[in-house]
Amino acid sequence: MEHRPLKAETDAREHLVVIGNGMAGCRAVEELIARDSNRYRVTIFGAEPRVNYNRIMLSPVLAGEKSFDDIVINDAGWYAGNGIALIAGDPVAAIDRAAKTVTTRSGAIESYDRLLIATGSDPFIIPVPGKDLPGVIAFRDMDDVDTMLAAADAGGDAVVIGGGLLGLEAAHGLSLRGMKVTVIHLMPTLMERQLDEAAGWLLKNALEARGQTILTGADTAEIVGNGKVEGVKLKDGTLIPAGLVVMAVGIRPSVALARDAGLAVGRGIQVDDHMVTSDPAVLAVGECVEHDGQVYGLVAPLWDMCRSLADGLVEQPTGYRGSVTSTKLKVSGIDVFSAGDFSGGDGCEDIVLRDASRGVYKRVIVKDDRIVGAVLYGDTADGGWYFDLLKKQEDVSQLRDLLIFGQAFAAGGGAADPKAAVAALSDDAEICGCNGVTKGQVVSCIAKGSHSLDAVRGTCKASASCGSCTGLVENILTLTLGDEVKAGPKTMCKCTSFGHDDVRREIVAQAMRSIPEVMQKLHWTTPDGCSSCRPALNYYLLCALPGDYVDDQQSRFVNERMHANIQKDGTYSVVPRMWGGLTNPTELRAIADVVEKYSAPMVKVTGGQRLDIFGIKKEDLPAVWADLNAAGMVSGHAYGKALRTVKTCVGSEWCRFGTQDSTGLGVKVERMSWGSWMPHKFKIAVSGCPRNCAEATIKDFGIVCVDSGYELHVGGNGGIQVRATDLLCKVATEQEAMDHCAAFIQLYREEARYLERTAPWIERVGLEHIKARIVDDEPGREALRARFLYSQSFSQDDPWAQRAEGAEAEHHAPMARFTPQKELA
Amino acid sequence: MTTAEWLDIGWVDQIPVRGSRTVQVEGGDDIAVFRTAEGKIFALLDRCPHKHGRLSQGIVHGGAVACPLHNWRISLSTGEALGEDKGCTPTVPVKIDGGRVLICRASTLKAAA
Repeated sequence: MEHRPLKAETDAREHLVVIGNGMAGCRAVEELIARDSNRYRVTIFGAEPRVNYNRIMLSPVLAGEKSFDDIVINDAGWYAGNGIALIAGDPVAAIDRAAKTVTTRSGAIESYDRLLIATGSDPFIIPVPGKDLPGVIAFRDMDDVDTMLAAADAGGDAVVIGGGLLGLEAAHGLSLRGMKVTVIHLMPTLMERQLDEAAGWLLKNALEARGQTILTGADTAEIVGNGKVEGVKLKDGTLIPAGLVVMAVGIRPSVALARDAGLAVGRGIQVDDHMVTSDPAVLAVGECVEHDGQVYGLVAPLWDMCRSLADGLVEQPTGYRGSVTSTKLKVSGIDVFSAGDFSGGDGCEDIVLRDASRGVYKRVIVKDDRIVGAVLYGDTADGGWYFDLLKKQEDVSQLRDLLIFGQAFAAGGGAADPKAAVAALSDDAEICGCNGVTKGQVVSCIAKGSHSLDAVRGTCKASASCGSCTGLVENILTLTLGDEVKAGPKTMCKCTSFGHDDVRREIVAQAMRSIPEVMQKLHWTTPDGCSSCRPALNYYLLCALPGDYVDDQQSRFVNERMHANIQKDGTYSVVPRMWGGLTNPTELRAIADVVEKYSAPMVKVTGGQRLDIFGIKKEDLPAVWADLNAAGMVSGHAYGKALRTVKTCVGSEWCRFGTQDSTGLGVKVERMSWGSWMPHKFKIAVSGCPRNCAEATIKDFGIVCVDSGYELHVGGNGGIQVRATDLLCKVATEQEAMDHCAAFIQLYREEARYLERTAPWIERVGLEHIKARIVDDEPGREALRARFLYSQSFSQDDPWAQRAEGAEAEHHAPMARFTPQKELA
Repeated sequence: MTTAEWLDIGWVDQIPVRGSRTVQVEGGDDIAVFRTAEGKIFALLDRCPHKHGRLSQGIVHGGAVACPLHNWRISLSTGEALGEDKGCTPTVPVKIDGGRVLICRASTLKAAA
């Protein structure tokens, strides 16, 4: 087949052909376009049948933190929009430098004026017997990830050969996907090229604690199997079973094309400071090149090379001077940073800080008053600072005593102030390692109008990949804009980098069923969360799996666990439900009896038309509830993120102005909606006429009866920030009012963030969104209502009755009593 | 077994994981006994250093408990308030013997007094 690029016949521009659709090739083209978008006609050949993606983010894809779409750098629109011809899936097989053409595997021939080789590197496969068995793969591209995911679906044992950066990320991903993983590493410590022995040991322990088996000093003899891989045999005779073997022992520059074409090749394709090879018409960039005797296998040098390359292509040469590299391990919850040389030696001094309880190890290597290397484990916040000092070769003699405590401390602040730390960074300090973005670039991108985290991610791409620099970018936003920062989706809490909406979406998408599962799959950084995220996760799961999810009592705030409101003295207040605010002599007698029997010091009428009994002791609660139950009363949920009360006025039955039976409707609404857990408390009122005695226009859902029907109002709040409701719509019948109410509650339950009242929720998503879902979309409304009623079929058990019958007695009774005079009772 | 030094308060399993139970001390404050997700047992005076909230009613996470009144986080091992807050709740030494939870008699008396 022949590829005929657009306008080839009529386009007089020079033709730049790029071999390699990877990170280096595409970045080079991006840099070129940024300088002069019209100078060259560009054709890119890629071996993989897909658009350009961020190869270093394959680990998060494997670990399930990202999808392929998330790591696409340039989608099809980018190629089309910039007039770039992409030929994906048909790799270049030969270069004819005399004719200035390239020939693809399928035989297509393309001529070039300038040729850019960006073929990257190939995984090194150790030459042991069995290396070609099915099930033995490398970890290099999306196809490898797909193979690993398929293997993980089947479960079983996996062996990763190589305990370097890539191998450990592969092992982490496979382990998270449920495989039993063994890492075989030839050297005595993991990541020995980046970490010293102490950090390597900490890392090994941390990975073993996560269930991986780590074998160091282990030499692979052969890969065994009959027709497919079955295990790995070590030189000491040990046989490790494996249905999947990932070889991640290193990479080699991919130089075959260049060597066949007669270009100068050492360890890589040899280039000068402008990335030009031994042929002036042929350039090369990325992991395939050798510059000044150095070959790089990390992403950061690519950005520097691509800048110099593009400068040369538009004839404003600057020249590449080599890169100093730093490394960060992308294994969630394990922070490892390494930069420069840590081998020590004459004239080198080590400054070391260890904090065993926090699992922190820091080592900075100083030579002649300059930092030459740094290894950080457990706390890598200052990695960027050390790296910056290292690259600039700054004299640190003045900082030396405080250097190890980090930037904030060494700068004299004493207390760690992350903003001060960011403010102190120079403009060319790198913020985002994944995308090679400096502080200066982030600041200028903010100055040009990107005033939120999302906007920054969308423009200069800082923190758009692995997200580990999100905090830095947020601090730069605050520093640059002061209080004008538009808060992006905040993370749920410090335990996770995900926001509420992300977590909810993933719970549903991945069909998660428990809090530990969510924490595991979404890489919580704490073992069991905190008092912010646990109640939220418990609610999200409860909402997603009605009737199925087992409520976690230890993830409930005390009031919801005790089904009563804790008061400042540690006693509780108890509010029985009075439907629609109605009561009767039996209920009033029962309440009066409880007050006397348990010596409750106070009874109060609440704003929601209920009676609140104060001063009940924790251990008396079940007996109080039993007495109230006996008079027919159930929990009023005055303590819960749940339906609180339906407040009513007396309506047409008694009131001379009443237009409808507001009291009766209030009772029906409360019977329908009581017991439902929600993102936050939820209050309803029904007023019998527009005089609105039930104050329906400051409730989450308010009904105002009029002669011709029912006005439905939403999003009111009488709290700290008073907000009057928005009118949702007007309906003709009681049934319609009830149906809209049920649908609205369910929409709120499914879409609002935990602890978000309806008022801020509606302001966030807009009333039009609510109207579109509840008023305009009748089938959608009916579906919401049906989901609400289904969920309600499981939630309308009186929690008081269960406790009164002895359920969860441990919440109420002390474990033991100790009378100092009589020893233990 | 209760001795001159130690008070036997019951089985480990009586304390919910990531939860707490209390020991009533006549004439004094309760002692709160916690069990973490990792299965470690700690005992503290059941009184937050801030506004005297019942720590036994808080959410236990990691090695800390969040006070139910104002969400102060208190270290279960040291009784110190974590983060920005300052304050300390007395701790009571605990040991486990054959699945039984024993708390230090002298510290219990001192803390609850």
